[in-house]
Amino acid sequence: MNVNWFKFASPPAFYSLAGRLIPIFWGLTLTLLVIGLYWGFFQTTDQLGGSNPQKEYYRIIFIHVSSAWMSMWLYFVMVVWAAIGLVFNTRLSFMMAKAIAPTGAVFTFLALWTGAFWGRPSWGTYWDWDPRLTSELVLFFMYIGYIALHSAIDDIRRADRASALLAIVGLVMVPVIFWSINCPDPNQCAALHQRSNLTKIDGNILFAMLTMSLAFWMYSFAATFMRLRSLILTREAESIWVRELLTQRGEQ
Amino acid sequence: MVEFFVQGGYAFFVWGAYGVTALLLVAEVIQLRAQRRALFVRLNRLNRTRELDKNQ
Amino acid sequence: MKARQKRLVFIGLAIIGIGAASTLAITALNSNISYFFSPSQVLANEAPPNHVFRLGGLVTKGSLIRESDSLKIHFDVTDNAKTVKVIYTGILPDLFSEGKGVVTKGKLGADGVFYAEEVLAKHDEEYVPPEVASTLKTAHAEGVTNTATTSNGASN
Repeated sequence: MNVNWFKFASPPAFYSLAGRLIPIFWGLTLTLLVIGLYWGFFQTTDQLGGSNPQKEYYRIIFIHVSSAWMSMWLYFVMVVWAAIGLVFNTRLSFMMAKAIAPTGAVFTFLALWTGAFWGRPSWGTYWDWDPRLTSELVLFFMYIGYIALHSAIDDIRRADRASALLAIVGLVMVPVIFWSINCPDPNQCAALHQRSNLTKIDGNILFAMLTMSLAFWMYSFAATFMRLRSLILTREAESIWVRELLTQRGEQ
Repeated sequence: MVEFFVQGGYAFFVWGAYGVTALLLVAEVIQLRAQRRALFVRLNRLNRTRELDKNQ
Repeated sequence: MKARQKRLVFIGLAIIGIGAASTLAITALNSNISYFFSPSQVLANEAPPNHVFRLGGLVTKGSLIRESDSLKIHFDVTDNAKTVKVIYTGILPDLFSEGKGVVTKGKLGADGVFYAEEVLAKHDEEYVPPEVASTLKTAHAEGVTNTATTSNGASN
């Protein structure tokens, strides 16, 4: 087992590796989506009971929790690549970070949107300035800020570094959101949003929720790699390997 | 079947959430594909002008 | 020091700074400045007078009265220590019920009654089918009560 991982850190090698992985991620995404949606709509109870007797609208949980998890996870991964880029000055790391941001922003928006559509029938409001909702909104603005800052600076290397710094500073939001949702002590959590506790969820509901989360994760890989490949080609347009690639494609 | 679409009278909320999720994810993929196609058109044009420069 | 090491130190410091900022932010949320006030806090005059604020707690069992000729609703909000009377005109959310958590927004009248302009139902994180539910105990009510008693204790 002597794989040279650094080989894949070069843009042309990663370009072709990602090209081979994308169909696999799409296949996984679609399979998991079908299983997750089928389970969520046909293998779960229509109405909840116990201390939280919600009606059919609770089914929004399958996309709401998954989107919210992805919004935080993708931000974390984005910051890791941004930090690696700053320290080691690797071209590909910055491109990774830039490729993740739009997908992260989409999932953050979806967490807010699906949360609003769930909040209206259950709590009685689309929106409230609850600490958990507010911090998710701030996370959305962090993604938008990162994308905006990057596009506002013409010099690519400067844009990469400046937006990477912004992303690292914004990382402060992730533990705040995570803590406020997974608040360990009810005595310290005056909020409208319920806490997160996977042990109090019915097995079928939990299965659908976890399957949908995996589906969204695989989707994130596929979408991010697609964006990354375009980004690599754009930035390396002058290089010999891109020219060879174009000639090869032309001959096919 | 009708029961499935009605979702116990909460169709607006359930499908409002699921619909926008599907719409955004599909739109992202369409945008990514369009971006890639446009990029190849641009790169091919760039390549052709380079070839021409070389031949002159 | 090489440039790369300098950058590494810089990033390290940045991450420590962020850790400190997160801790501060969490501590700030910890003291839950004013997302809502418990009945005990309201009766101890900790809530802003003549100002809209949120009152949170449990709906007292048996306190819900709907006026027959209007949409006016009376109920009590309690933290199991103190109780505040609430008057609200409008439609209550689906999950609103006696003994459950509630967050209401409004003003405290001179008569000591809370005039709510918005009533939101809190729910817990238990998602189970009706038939299984009876076997599980809910900690939610305890949670809301604890919130109230702790903040009450802190103010004393």
